[in-house]
Amino acid sequence: MAYVAVKGGERAIDAAHDWLARARRGDRSLPEIGTAQIASQLGRAVDRVMAEGSCYDPDLAALAIKQAQGDLIEAAFLLRAYRTTLPRFAHSEPVETDAMLLRRRISAIYKDLPGGQVLGPTYDYTHRLLDFALAAESLEVTPLPLAAASSEDTPRVTALLDQEGLIEPSGVSTEAEPGDLTRDALAFPAERDVRLQSLARGDEGFLLALGYSTQRGYGNNHPFVGEIRVGEVAVELVPPELGFPITIGTITLTECEMVNQFSGSKTEPPQFTRGYGLCFGHSERRAMGMALVDRAMRAEELGENATAPAQDIEFVLSHCDNIEATGFVEHLKLPHYVDFQSELETIRRMRATATAATAATVATETEA
Amino acid sequence: MSGYNFAYLDEQTKRMIRRAILKAVAIPGHQVPFGGREMPLPYGWGTGGIQVTAAILGPSDVLKVIDQGADDTTNAVSIRRFFARTAGIETTTHTADASVIQTRHRIPETPLRADQIIVYQVPLPEPLAKLEQSRAETRQMHALAEYGLMHVKLYEDIARYGHISISYDYPVMVNGRYLMSPSPIPAFDTPKMHRMAALQLFGAGREKRIYAIPPHTDVKPLDFDDHPFRLTRAPQACGLCGARDSYLDEVVMDDRGGRLFVCSDTDYCAGRQSMRQDEDAAA
Amino acid sequence: MSEHLLSATGLHLSFGAIWALDGVDATLWPGEILAVVGESGSGKTTLLHVLSGRSAPDAGLVAYRDTEGVAHNVHAMPAPQLRALHRSDWGFVHQNPRDALRMEVSAGGNVGERLMAQGARHYGVIRESAIDWLRQVEISPSRIDDMPHTFSGGMLQRLQIARTLATHPRLVFMDEPTGGLDVSVQARLLDLIRTLVARLGIAVVLVTHDIAVARLLADRILVMRHGRVVEGGLTDQVLDDPQHPYTQLLVSSVLQA
Repeated sequence: MAYVAVKGGERAIDAAHDWLARARRGDRSLPEIGTAQIASQLGRAVDRVMAEGSCYDPDLAALAIKQAQGDLIEAAFLLRAYRTTLPRFAHSEPVETDAMLLRRRISAIYKDLPGGQVLGPTYDYTHRLLDFALAAESLEVTPLPLAAASSEDTPRVTALLDQEGLIEPSGVSTEAEPGDLTRDALAFPAERDVRLQSLARGDEGFLLALGYSTQRGYGNNHPFVGEIRVGEVAVELVPPELGFPITIGTITLTECEMVNQFSGSKTEPPQFTRGYGLCFGHSERRAMGMALVDRAMRAEELGENATAPAQDIEFVLSHCDNIEATGFVEHLKLPHYVDFQSELETIRRMRATATAATAATVATETEA
Repeated sequence: MSGYNFAYLDEQTKRMIRRAILKAVAIPGHQVPFGGREMPLPYGWGTGGIQVTAAILGPSDVLKVIDQGADDTTNAVSIRRFFARTAGIETTTHTADASVIQTRHRIPETPLRADQIIVYQVPLPEPLAKLEQSRAETRQMHALAEYGLMHVKLYEDIARYGHISISYDYPVMVNGRYLMSPSPIPAFDTPKMHRMAALQLFGAGREKRIYAIPPHTDVKPLDFDDHPFRLTRAPQACGLCGARDSYLDEVVMDDRGGRLFVCSDTDYCAGRQSMRQDEDAAA
Repeated sequence: MSEHLLSATGLHLSFGAIWALDGVDATLWPGEILAVVGESGSGKTTLLHVLSGRSAPDAGLVAYRDTEGVAHNVHAMPAPQLRALHRSDWGFVHQNPRDALRMEVSAGGNVGERLMAQGARHYGVIRESAIDWLRQVEISPSRIDDMPHTFSGGMLQRLQIARTLATHPRLVFMDEPTGGLDVSVQARLLDLIRTLVARLGIAVVLVTHDIAVARLLADRILVMRHGRVVEGGLTDQVLDDPQHPYTQLLVSSVLQA
């Protein structure tokens, strides 16, 4: 019997990486997928990776998706790890979603409103029937004739409510420097700025499930979609040498403002309250989930009974980041020989004690 | 490696981490929050330790990385390679030759010296987490040194099992002030922390905390006067080098209950084996 | 009045437009039991929280005299000192024992926690003390390793009392300690509290809506209504010869019941 301590970790890793590369390439008789194709044709996947990777760059997100074989959490991780090495040159000015070039804008609380309902590119009213025509390659789509952009103003729905004093003020101070989750450790109690930052990059499935749970009674806050808007906004920054803002580019954003019931408290009369969601790219599911959870986490602030998971700020923020979550869950694959060995010794000792005690009892009973 | 700074992290980030380390050294056992970065390795796989190591490495350092005591486990290989690649520094598997040792779950058997630094990878830095979920509350408990709850847990263990059943990640008091998680090292290793000559640094990446034990600091496992701390080790001798003083891994040899016990510290074991061979050759 | 253990002067506290405390004075002597009675909303529970430093008043002063005879402004104390006081010299008995007990920790661990928080580090001694305290509150020592959820309501309350008294506090705050218990269970518990408190010489501030509880336990009584003390004095005197119409109403409603 010969035992050789397991060696060869180095070779094993190299071989594994090699295998992975082959698996990624897939059937070589098929053309290799290009990152430009991913960026242009898998836009929703790219949007999710940018949001969770917390970095707006469709080309890099497309590369990450290709490298991760379409595993979007792995792709977000690649993007996040790349982002962390980038120097930070400057802060942008707050983006003005009021001035968004709208692709889509809907409200569920007013049938019609200034600026109108703009349906835009949505899956909402498609029939979920597999379209086998898509399976055929080189399917041509005739381009839509372009409509002239509407010049009508599209005021926020919450602003309409605010005119009547029916909704709480947005409560966002533009003076205070917001927290910075990228640079500073999350600390509790966490204020709303940091909470929203955390949710904006949180796992879509987690936000969806938590938002859903509030609808099912775990922290219900009676939400209405005040407004969802999707479109392009300009990103501006003020170079110190110029002293005035210049536009450095545009990004696609999805914004959701929930309007929630509120019965009033000792200090506040009854009025509607707000839940807010904002994310990179086009993802209404993410923005809505975020808005529901944002409102749920305000329970304590609004004097509500905070008992549900979605209302527990520490619980939500500590678990919404899927890069952290996937790392820690998957680290269970790492060796734990040493800890397990300690547990083996402990359980053997405890079993020996227990067996001895039983034997002693049996012996006593036999004597008796 | 082109395109990246020495040891991966940019210098600003390293300075931020070093400030956290300095604060941690100044307040032994206290968890210092830091702006932890995403690393190219997953959370839970040593990102905290890697950030600490990256922040303290210099070009002349010699790095050793172990996981479960071994230099050749895949994760140890992966991290060692990461620094060989991004910092171009020398690496070693010999404890005595290393200036920085990054570890997961073990402390080397060979005593560490004053000119060495050991960096622990920490999954859950909060020793009270299992008893109190809220970090806002545990922070207050640390601030006020209210650790009675931890003793309640030990009391419950003795009441139920007749002894304290914690076999790894055994809670310790550092410098008589802060309750600290030693990371999931076996209780066998805990006494090595007490008044260690080397600086001990702890990095928790996911939880974004750094803490430290300066050289020659008191580290006492929590216990009762009449149920003192005791360590657990398989009673066997190492099947390869015959050591009776080292922590052992249990290796399953067959499906009929065959077991072999070998040193978990591969460097220690190899050193003893070669010494034996030399003696045999001499004899 | 240099011997007062606890003294409160001019306490005011409002919740919005409502005065929960509207100029309350109170004093407590070492070893005495002071009952604060009144119906719900009278401010008596608020008073208990303010006296024990758990809530701060809008105005007024609460002073506690320590074992060295030094007086401390309770609401000016640093948090660590106040928390230390709550762990050692003081105790708090909640109406619902589940608010105080650790339900996932055994009876012995519950009784031992305060001892350990004070630095007790000998398992055998802690265990002896837990057994002794379980006996004193008439819980069988054989239940020492059982979890509180296996206990009845009355036993839970007695366990809370054992846990609170284990460190021999000088002053215990009690919030409706017999509330929510059956009448027969109440009687036994009251008897137990009276015996223990007398034997240990503990001072107690007891909040209750139940005049009968006050009559049985208290040396002195304060009657509260709308955040004010409407009447105060020796228990027998106040209850046998109530001066204020509200006290008369309280006493007569008990007699009718």
